[in-house]
Amino acid sequence: MPDAAIRFDDLTLGYDRHPALHHLSGVVRRGSLTAVVGPNGAGKSTLMKGIAGALSPLSGRCEVPGGRESVAYLPQAADLDRSFPISVFDLVSMGLMRRRGLFGGLSRADRDDVGEALSAVGLTGFERRPIGTLSGGQMQRALFARLLLQDAQVILLDEPLTAIDSKTAADLLALVQRWHAEARTVVAVLHDLDTVRTHFPETLLVAREPVAWGATGEVLTPENLLRARRMSEAQDPYARACARAA
Amino acid sequence: MLYDTLIAPFAEFEFMRRALAGSVALSLGAGPIGVFLMLRRMSLVGDAMAHAILPGAAIGYLVAGLSLGWMTIGGLAAGMAVALLAGLVTRATPLREDASLAAFYLISLALGVTLVSLRGSNLDLLHVLFGSVLGLDDATLLLVAGISTATLVALAVIYRPLVLECVDPGFLRSVSGAGGPTHIVFLLLVVLNLVGGFHALGTLLAVGLMMLPAISARFWTKDITGLVVVATGIGIVSGLVGLLISFHGGLAAGPTVILVAGAAYVLSVLAGPEGGLLSQVLPRRHLEA
Repeated sequence: MPDAAIRFDDLTLGYDRHPALHHLSGVVRRGSLTAVVGPNGAGKSTLMKGIAGALSPLSGRCEVPGGRESVAYLPQAADLDRSFPISVFDLVSMGLMRRRGLFGGLSRADRDDVGEALSAVGLTGFERRPIGTLSGGQMQRALFARLLLQDAQVILLDEPLTAIDSKTAADLLALVQRWHAEARTVVAVLHDLDTVRTHFPETLLVAREPVAWGATGEVLTPENLLRARRMSEAQDPYARACARAA
Repeated sequence: MLYDTLIAPFAEFEFMRRALAGSVALSLGAGPIGVFLMLRRMSLVGDAMAHAILPGAAIGYLVAGLSLGWMTIGGLAAGMAVALLAGLVTRATPLREDASLAAFYLISLALGVTLVSLRGSNLDLLHVLFGSVLGLDDATLLLVAGISTATLVALAVIYRPLVLECVDPGFLRSVSGAGGPTHIVFLLLVVLNLVGGFHALGTLLAVGLMMLPAISARFWTKDITGLVVVATGIGIVSGLVGLLISFHGGLAAGPTVILVAGAAYVLSVLAGPEGGLLSQVLPRRHLEA
């Protein structure tokens, strides 16, 4: 058994008893860099929520041996209220919350860390800007800066490169590579298969069930991708109870 | 002339001094609470909760007449019961919080009016509904001041999770389980301030000094600290000006205070530099970068 950062044991996740992704078993190795790909409605975001603990399994188990506190999760559409009057600095410094606690103040070293995180994502000079004035790409950079400060061992990214320009995407991918080099475990939902082939050594292809999981070159074959595309997106309102469910 | 208009009413009449102290104390607590209600898009929740505390106050009134302690305890209990029940139904069913809160506060309001009508005259009901800011005794003043103090201390303690719960509740859930308790403490503060307010302004107008200054402040500053300071300031000035107008004009004090806060709101909508109508109409040169 490899050193597991995340372990799935016949995991089924879904809504109202309908599975969005069912019967997933396997292990995400510690320090691995894994892309999760599949068509819309394949259960990719649901899987991220399941790992982050934001969604309870319908059956099976999802274990994070390092504990949920070792996980940092960037959802697809963070339910951020961008009209709220706080600055980029304050938003990013929230990444220190686990370290400082909910009620602790920020030390000078903490402030320096926030400055470094902002610098790492190219947002130096944006400290005092209200978050409502940021562009989509700038907001994504700020959220990556917050992730940096979370200093998590397992990082979950749900479509982090969607609707941002190529330079921002390249900068954020460089951060992902940096996390990988630091032996952190990164799992990212992505749609651009070229990016996956170039930057992600391992891939999990899903289509409401696991289609293939392993080395990216072996997973993203025309046969597997065709299988994934044939997935039925619709829920069956008359579906019977699953015989494989425990 | 200036002395007679602005100072004499307070220098000569103790009930005016008490009313001013009461409205200052109310503004200090209710202002910041109103700002957070507005930022959480819960502006109407304050109104619903104000109605919700009525049956508790009524039960206190039935037990002991116009007793500060009993009506306070009753109001607190009813307000928290409605807030928690609405929260429970929201989590256990597909109903959203605004819908469940509407259901519970309407039941609560009807229950409250029925209970008050079981005993007492219409005058008593008017007291519960509209308060008597000019009749604040020592005990009521201490209660209002105590609630304001407790509010400011509690807000300082829960400030960070409260802000985070407003900005990014999903993130707060992922790093801490403090979201639920913070929400409950915040609702408790809302109810506490409304109970404090209803002794002075009545259940219906208590929410006025909470929301009108907060909403007005949005037109003057973008910064959250600024919002709290401006809202509190507008509340205090509304109390002062409202009491003076009611004194000189022979008007009911509580509603006049709220009307002055309403005038501050209209002024803010028109002239506020942060999105007020005038600032949108008057051309200003854009910046270089």
